[in-house]
Amino acid sequence: MADRNGNSQQTVQALSPSRKAYNGVMRALIYAASGIVVALLLFLLCYIFYRGVPSLSLEFLTAEESVVKDIQGIGPAVLNTLYVIIATLIVVLPLGVGAAIYLTEYAKNRRLVAAIEFATETLAGIPSIIYALVGVLVFAESLRLGKTLIAGALTLVIMTLPTIIRTTQESLKTVPQSYREGSLGLGSGKWHMIRTVVLPSSIDGIVTGCILAIGRIVGESAVLLYTVGMSMQMQDFFRNGLESFFSASGSTLSVALYVYAKVRADFDLAFSVAVVLIVITLVINLAAKFLGTKLKKT
Amino acid sequence: MQLIFFFCGFIAIAFVLVITVYLILSGLPAIREIGLADFLLGREWASTAKEPKFGILPLILTSIYGTAGAILIGVPIGFLMAVFLAKVAPRRVAGVIRPVVDLLAGIPSIVYGLVGLMVLVPFVRKTFNTAAGESLLASIVVLAVMILPSIISVSETALNAVPRAYEEASLALGATEIETYFRVSAPAAKSGIAAAVVLGVGRAIGEAMAIMMVAGNVANMPSLLSSVRFLTTGIAVELAYSSGLQRQALFSIGLVLFLFIMCINVILNVFLKRDKEG
Repeated sequence: MADRNGNSQQTVQALSPSRKAYNGVMRALIYAASGIVVALLLFLLCYIFYRGVPSLSLEFLTAEESVVKDIQGIGPAVLNTLYVIIATLIVVLPLGVGAAIYLTEYAKNRRLVAAIEFATETLAGIPSIIYALVGVLVFAESLRLGKTLIAGALTLVIMTLPTIIRTTQESLKTVPQSYREGSLGLGSGKWHMIRTVVLPSSIDGIVTGCILAIGRIVGESAVLLYTVGMSMQMQDFFRNGLESFFSASGSTLSVALYVYAKVRADFDLAFSVAVVLIVITLVINLAAKFLGTKLKKT
Repeated sequence: MQLIFFFCGFIAIAFVLVITVYLILSGLPAIREIGLADFLLGREWASTAKEPKFGILPLILTSIYGTAGAILIGVPIGFLMAVFLAKVAPRRVAGVIRPVVDLLAGIPSIVYGLVGLMVLVPFVRKTFNTAAGESLLASIVVLAVMILPSIISVSETALNAVPRAYEEASLALGATEIETYFRVSAPAAKSGIAAAVVLGVGRAIGEAMAIMMVAGNVANMPSLLSSVRFLTTGIAVELAYSSGLQRQALFSIGLVLFLFIMCINVILNVFLKRDKEG
């Protein structure tokens, strides 16, 4: 009996050499791969900040560039990014939220729901260069909008629609069925119920969707390069009126980065724009995560 | 009211239809004029020459090689990292690393292109003594880095979804933790990991701006150190100034790329659905 015990103890303690080697090698590989990824990330961030921060200044962020005064500035690009974000959200938000409401509240035909969800997934999987082609074809040429902020914004509407639909749908699903029944039981109509009960309790999800959409818009370059153009001039909507939005073109931040890096070979400024983009990304990630955890709690 | 919401829901389908119809309508004329075989299998792309040639075989092969290379580098590293985050790492360490990986996913592609242009391209030039460092190799590395975050997060989700009982059973039978992760958890999560790979393929084959900055954009038949042109960059490089048949040929490239992507999406959906059911 004792002998048996001893034997079994031995098999537990000592692995055969090949198993030992397997364990060692695999563990080493796991740590090596993780080390590589972490090192890579640190290197990326440090390198970008090291190259970009020195030429970063308030003037660079806000001024319009001028050859005469020898000023470099991405002020117009910052504003254009804002304009494009606002114009895109104004269109995509009602559409996306409406679609999510239809899918979770109204739709009864299962096949139609499946078709809409498949379409949404397809839109999410299409690469941005295809959207660029479509933007040029449909908005810039067929609808004769030309290379304008509005053509870019409309293309981005198609691109960000899946994000808005999906996040809104997720948060609508978390609204307890009893809320709906309570509201309907008190005599409100369906639309009144959605407007006063369902939407307010899923507002976190909608905001998260907006934030993610903003992230995609800020990072997008291919679409905007071909639909909005590379101009680095300031658009003065206050003086020219809002209708000039439909004829204005201009680069956003990521397009400005492309212009600095590939057209002008002004790499320090390109890295400065990269720093701005990374800081925006970081803020967006944090905001989305904050809202996400809040969403889970409620 | 219901009608309005129905319209909103239907618009997603409408967008997909519009994109498909537009790409087919504007992509077909050039293919018809050039000839399908000459277009797909032609080995030479010289769109602005006096006698223009529109063969996109180099572009197709470059896209396939580039994607395969990125998968070959990105998937093992991403998978091992996912095992680390899901199983090996202490909770606190994983809690620090995960948001950083998310940040990696959010960085705009053009920033990757910029860093690749400034770091990788000179590195390739010096190491291999080539005239220009802009090459397939540099593009593969950039793509591999770019697909890492999605591979990590999708495989990690799949690994976390493996029932705890499987792992406990394996441990109780005397397998070590490492053996359990690779021989029990990973096979149990295989359709999720397959989905991660397909997602990576989709992202790699569709990326344009980042590799446009490091690939060199000459339509050579692909080899590791030569300047190459992908399907995506083939569109991106010439879209701004093209006209006539050249422009139509770009739309045809778009159509080919779109077909690739649709196939990948269908495969991805199959894996995701299987993952949900299994």
